[in-house]
Parts: sequence; structure tokens; C-alpha cells
Amino acid sequence: MSPKNRILQYSLAINEALHQTMSRDKRVFLIGQGVKSPWYVGNTAKGLLEKYGTERVIDTPVSENGITGAAVGAAIAGMRPVVVHPRMDFMLYALDPIINEAANWYYMTGGKSTVPLVVWGIINRGGEQAAQHSQAIHGIFAHIPGLKVVMPSTPYDAKGLMAAAIQDENPVVFIDDRWLYQSEGHVPTELYTVPIGKGVIRKKGTDITIVAISYMAAESLKAAQELEQAGISAEVLDLRSAKPLDQELIIRSVSKTKRLVVADVGWKTGGLSAEVAALVAEKLGTDLKKPLQRVALPDIPAPSSKTLEAVYYPRSKEIVKAVKKIFQ
Amino acid sequence: MLAKQLLKKMYKDMVTIRYAEEILVEPITKGEVRCPVHLYSGQEAVAVGVGAVLARKDYVFGNHRSHGHYLVHGGTVRELFAEIYGKESGCAGGRGGSMHICAPESGFLGAAPIVGGTIALATGAALAASIRKDGRIAVSFFGDGATGEGAFYESLNFASLRKLPIIFVCENNLYATHMPLQDCRAANNIVATGKPFCIPSFREDGNDVLKVYELASKAAGLCRSGKGPVLLEFMTYRMRGHVGPDDNIQGCRTDIRPAREVAAWKSKDPICKLEKYLLLKKICSSGELKRIKEAVTRTVKEALKFAISGEYPDPKDLHKYVTKE
Ligand SMILES: Cc1ncc(C[n+]2csc(CCOP(=O)(O)OP(=O)(O)O)c2C)c(N)n1
Ligand SMILES: [Mg+2]
Repeated sequence: MSPKNRILQYSLAINEALHQTMSRDKRVFLIGQGVKSPWYVGNTAKGLLEKYGTERVIDTPVSENGITGAAVGAAIAGMRPVVVHPRMDFMLYALDPIINEAANWYYMTGGKSTVPLVVWGIINRGGEQAAQHSQAIHGIFAHIPGLKVVMPSTPYDAKGLMAAAIQDENPVVFIDDRWLYQSEGHVPTELYTVPIGKGVIRKKGTDITIVAISYMAAESLKAAQELEQAGISAEVLDLRSAKPLDQELIIRSVSKTKRLVVADVGWKTGGLSAEVAALVAEKLGTDLKKPLQRVALPDIPAPSSKTLEAVYYPRSKEIVKAVKKIFQ
Repeated sequence: MLAKQLLKKMYKDMVTIRYAEEILVEPITKGEVRCPVHLYSGQEAVAVGVGAVLARKDYVFGNHRSHGHYLVHGGTVRELFAEIYGKESGCAGGRGGSMHICAPESGFLGAAPIVGGTIALATGAALAASIRKDGRIAVSFFGDGATGEGAFYESLNFASLRKLPIIFVCENNLYATHMPLQDCRAANNIVATGKPFCIPSFREDGNDVLKVYELASKAAGLCRSGKGPVLLEFMTYRMRGHVGPDDNIQGCRTDIRPAREVAAWKSKDPICKLEKYLLLKKICSSGELKRIKEAVTRTVKEALKFAISGEYPDPKDLHKYVTKE
């Protein structure tokens, strides 16, 4: 296969971004729990320890608050740390260094000091793991001024957004999803970046816009295919960044289709889907032909039991249903 | 010597925990049990020895590896298994699974897998007891890995400052997932962390239930007489993998425990140790031990049937228990 259309797994795309940025920038190092254990981080850290050693690939004690704070400090002191939390739930101990310190630092120092840090949180849900091992909390970070939040849905974006996040002068929260790790797609062999804050139209359509992110972007594509058979032409907009939001792209697409479904991997209330809905209401007022629909997690903690899990996580089926409701 | 009755009860409790854990191995391996299960096999003496000194009104918090703690503090094998199978009849209605078990009616206020999180909660239960002066004490069970979290040190300090009636019980099994202790701490000295906070601290063999009991009695006595908190470190070892029966999950090694080390600890099996003592001191005959084991076997088998035959939660009830009306 020519390198031009090489196919790579999502998790290995992240791995490649780390390899390539670490090899060209000595300031970059990876720190966090499980960086030497595939059980924690899949194959995203494959070969890094062997190549860069324990100086730059640092597995840590169970100390999310302190370790993340240390990563913030190292960033302020001129390094470019990537601190990983193998489950976003564990990252809640690190909210203080991320929000109080990293996010505010540039502002609080009057622009004298930046925090070029990547906080990498993995959404790792399902499998009856219940409330403390399943949460998608990007909405919290998207709420915070000073943070950027990226959530790739394809291997191409996973590599490009990781590279962009590392190169950014600001703290970037990079959020991936274990449910995407096996997915495959075209990934260039050379290092490239995907712009933070820019969405992408994954599929053009004329009747309705589906704005989605992360795993739900992948599900939206499936939904759009099914809708095509039902004679509905859906445009799928993958946000890629939860912050900054690609407002222009959203408004352009929804102005055209005048119908909207927002599909998010997080909870409904006060989250990303609410933000997109508010933006559209603000900019387009009553231009929509029908009220928009949101597909999100119900405002409920993640259950353990499989019968509850089955109805808890929305997938393409729920997106199709939401679209059809608009066309009823 | 401890009362015969107590010794027999401790033996039965330890066997119950072991058999309950071990009967889960097959369903986990077969994929019948999908929820992550952190087996307690090998550490039974800690839960049982500490549990034996507590009163029903006392408070206990566990962590992710808490089947043993739950069973000692009023939990039932039936409700435990039903919870692991995700059934409505489970101790948390199938909402929590293996890592979120509870029996608040008998003082086991709950277990939760965020490492270190429940140490602070247990401190709060002790605070409640101290405000009310109701004579209760609290116990926090946590692993060596949890001593990496700031919440541990903050809790030690606050508990000591307020002289709270709490026993911090560290079950040092030498590993936190794939990380051996020496990769997590500069020294194997968890017991020493109580000292700067002026907390009486002791380390003991966690595979010897008699020693555990003795030390826990002393700690409970200190707590009940206003001389708490106390920090106890029990040296022990898990006989199974970090999560699930073995050390290889989904083709990944979660720990790197040398075979010799595993074998050495196997020879220190806490149940065998107690068994030998009971026979030596003629507290039980081998026939009696056998009968206890048979009874426990029946209990766990029946409990497994109960769990398997139970109803799953009705998907219509997804919204239940988010907030209380
Ligand atoms: C805050 C947090 N970080 C990480 C984890 C992942 N994790 C689960 S158990 C565990 C190790 C705990 O080790 P230890 O406290 O020694 O208990 P053991 O498993 O040995 O009984 C870790 C790191 C978690 N559950 N919570
Ligand atoms: Mg441990």
C-alpha cells in the first residue's frame, strides 16, 4: 500500500502523533497512570517507553491531582507535557490544576506565561463498569475559559488533533473514546495537524444537519446512511472541537438545511448539545422549520446492569429516530 | 486464646469470602459476568480480623476490592452475586455492580472504586460519630496504591486534628494494578506516614487473622476511648489478578508479579494458617472444618443460583434513584 492511502487504527494514530512529536521536540514528554500498560491506554503508548525511556515516558503512582499539577508546572517551566488519564473519571481529582491553574494562568499572569499542556482524558464506558468508570465530562472543560477541548472521531483527526494539541501554546484537553480505538481510516505517514476549533462536514446533505462529536459523529454517519434509504438527505457535521466551537460551520450548514439534530456523548443538561442548540437559537432564531432535537445521555449516572446500559447509551438508532421525529 | 465461638466464626467468614470469590472465577472466564470484579482471595484475614472487633452500629467504607468487607459487615452472598450479575435483587439494585456494593443497614456504608475517595468519606463518618458522641467508630479499607492520593494525607491530618474515632486500614498487597510498590513509593513505609500526624500506627502480618484481630482490637479500643485515629498497615497479597481471575486481561498483563513471589505468598494462605491453628489447639476437628466448608459451599452455590435466576432491572426504571423525591 502506498503511504498516501495508508490505513491505520485510531489508537495507533494517536501513538504515531506521540512518536513523531516526541522525536522532533525534546520538550514533549508523556506522563500519567498506565503509560506502560496497554490495559490502561490500549496501544496508544506502544514503543514510547522503549524509545524515549523513563525520563520522558513516566508511569506514575495513583496521584492524579499532584501529577497533573506537576505537568502544569513543567509546562510553565518550558516543557510540553502530555498528561494522560486512562479514564476521565479519575481526572476529576485533577480539576483543580486544570481549571484553577492551567486554564487561568495565561490570564492571571497578564499574558507573561503560557501553559502548553495536553491533558488527555479517555472516555472508557460500557462493560457494566458503572458510575465512576464511564463518564464523559467534556462539557465541564468546554465551560472553562482558557481551555481548548478536542474530541477526534476518526484516526486522521486523532493524529492531527493530538499533534495540534501538543503544538498549541495553551492547555488543550484531548478526549478520545475507547469505543473508537479499533476503528480504521486513512492516516498520512508524515506529521500534520488538524486545526483546533474547526469542524468538518463528513457527509453533505440538504434536508437536515446532524451536528455531532466524537463517537456520536461516527454513529451519525451510520444514521445518515440509513436515512438516505428513507429518502432523507442528512448533512453530518463533526465538530472535532468542543471548544472553540466552529460556529461558522454550524450556522452555515443549519442555515441551509433549516433542520437540526445535535448528537453528543455527554449528558443532556448544561452540556455540549445545549451549547450548540443555544448558538443556533441565538443566531438563527425561528428560522428552523421544526424544533431541533438532541440526542445525548439521559441525566442519569451510568448504570452497571446490562439491561440499563442498553437503553442508556444512544447510538445511530436514536439519531435516526430523532431525525424522523423532525420529519413526522 | 480467643473464644472458640469467635475463632470458628472467623474461620467460617474467611471460607465464605474465599469460596464466594472462587466460585465467580468460572462465570467471569466464560463471560457470564461482565462487570469488572476485583477478587479478594488471599486477603480474607484482614476483612475478617478487623470486622470481628466492630459492632453492628460502627461504620465501614470499602474500595474497589471490597467483597470481603461487605460480607463481613452484614452483606449477604446472595445480594453480592446478584449485584455482580446486574440483577434487581442485588445489594444496589444492579445499578452499581461489583465495585459499588453496600449494606448501610448494617454499617457498611459503601464501597467505591475511585482510589482514595472513600478514605475521606470514612473520615466523615467518624466526624459524624464524634459530633454526635454516639460511640461509633469508623473503618476505612484501602490499598497501598491509595496512599498515592492526597486525600489519604488530608484525611490523616484532619482525623488527627479532630481526634476522630477512625481506623485507617491499609491492605498492602504490594501492587497497584501493574505497578509494584517500589515504583509508587520511595520506601515501603506506609505505616510511617501516620507518625508526622501523631497517629498511633502499626504494621502487622495481614495473613494471620489472629494477629489482625489482636491489633484491630487495640485500635478499636484506642478509638473508643478518644485516642483515635489509628493507622494499621497489613501486609498481604492477592491470589488473583488485579481485576478478574488472572493477571492477563484482554491479552494485557496488568501486573508483573514474579512466579516465585506468587508461590511464596501462596504458602502463606491465611485460611490454611487458621486451619492449622484450629486443629493444633483442638478447637475444631478436621470433620468439623469439613462440615463448615460443606455448609459454605452450599451457601455460595445457592447464592449463585439466586443471582442467575434473578430479574434484570426493568429498562423503564432507568430514571430511578437519580435524586430522591
Ligand atoms: C482515582 C483513581 N485512579 C485510578 C484508578 C484505577 N485503579 C483502580 S484500582 C487501582 C490500584 C489500586 O491499588 P491499591 O490501592 O493498592 O488496591 P489493590 O487493587 O491492590 O487492592 C487503580 C490505580 C481508580 N480506580 N481511581
Ligand atoms: Mg495494592
